Amino acid sequence: MKLKQLESYLQMVDTFDKPKIYLEQYATTPHIAAHMLYNIDTMYNDIQGKVICDLGCGCGVLSIGASMLGGCLIVGLDIDDDALTIAKTNIDEFELENVQLIKANITDSEFFGNNIFDTVIMNPPFGTKDKGIDMEFLHRALKLASTSVYSLHKSSTRQHIKKKATEWGAEMTVVAELRFNLENTYKFHKHKSVDIAVDFIKFDCSSVAI
Amino acid sequence: MRLLTHNMLTSHVKGVESGYPLIIEAAEVVLRNVDFNADFIKRMLAKVNWDVLYQSAKAIGHLNDIPEQLQPNMESDEGFLRKAHHVLLEVEIKEGCLICPTSKKRFPISNGIPNMLLGEENES
Repeated sequence: MKLKQLESYLQMVDTFDKPKIYLEQYATTPHIAAHMLYNIDTMYNDIQGKVICDLGCGCGVLSIGASMLGGCLIVGLDIDDDALTIAKTNIDEFELENVQLIKANITDSEFFGNNIFDTVIMNPPFGTKDKGIDMEFLHRALKLASTSVYSLHKSSTRQHIKKKATEWGAEMTVVAELRFNLENTYKFHKHKSVDIAVDFIKFDCSSVAI
Repeated sequence: MRLLTHNMLTSHVKGVESGYPLIIEAAEVVLRNVDFNADFIKRMLAKVNWDVLYQSAKAIGHLNDIPEQLQPNMESDEGFLRKAHHVLLEVEIKEGCLICPTSKKRFPISNGIPNMLLGEENES
């Protein structure tokens, strides 16, 4: 599938009606999701024929894209019923047969063993509301994946992430630097849109031993 | 919830030593149509707990003729791989429950989605 085609499919994914601030909910844009997934597939071959986990799947845009690019089983996890309902509707509308959703709290103790998935792909909360949640997601992801974790984090946290990743035995590569434009997603924003510098990072977990 | 997913899931109730495998109570089972990928199935055969898969498939009445034990050269038998593919990916528990074998805590499955939340969140 070509990148443009993937992006146009992902534009049809329904997103949050009423995003919950405390969960930092916002949908990964079709443009960013398509580029991320296309990259993961063509540059690193971590989608086709793989079992993939989408941690904090929200409305499912990353899971859906991964399925379209040839992932064999995609498991999307989220804590929020409303998000999962939207994700399920999306999956059914695209008639995808290999995306599995689970309602779960990432910070709960493990209900999946280590290295169960080939690849984890995620756009986790940045930790602006729940401090440290980004690192919890990352830590959990590194345990779940046997090969690679692909994630988005605020560029301002890059050094801290690098330090923790090294501590956990994961090799980190910043694949791209992005700018997120969160258009007044939450009512309290004073300005119309907020521009955030975001790193798209690949973690090699083949030597993670946590 | 697919049986491959069930095979990977364990109960995470605190203090429970052995939360695997989760017992399946199936109220509604549906069949899906998933593209067959032989290489993927071969890799999954190396990862899954075959005994748990067999017992779970049997418990819900969807064995699809898979053998109770894996034989070494089965991976080159496409017929077998397709049967395994069906059981792993095409049988979906739409409504039902997963039960922790030790604590008996129940995790409901609704519209194919298991609810693995603990505590008050699981009261709905």
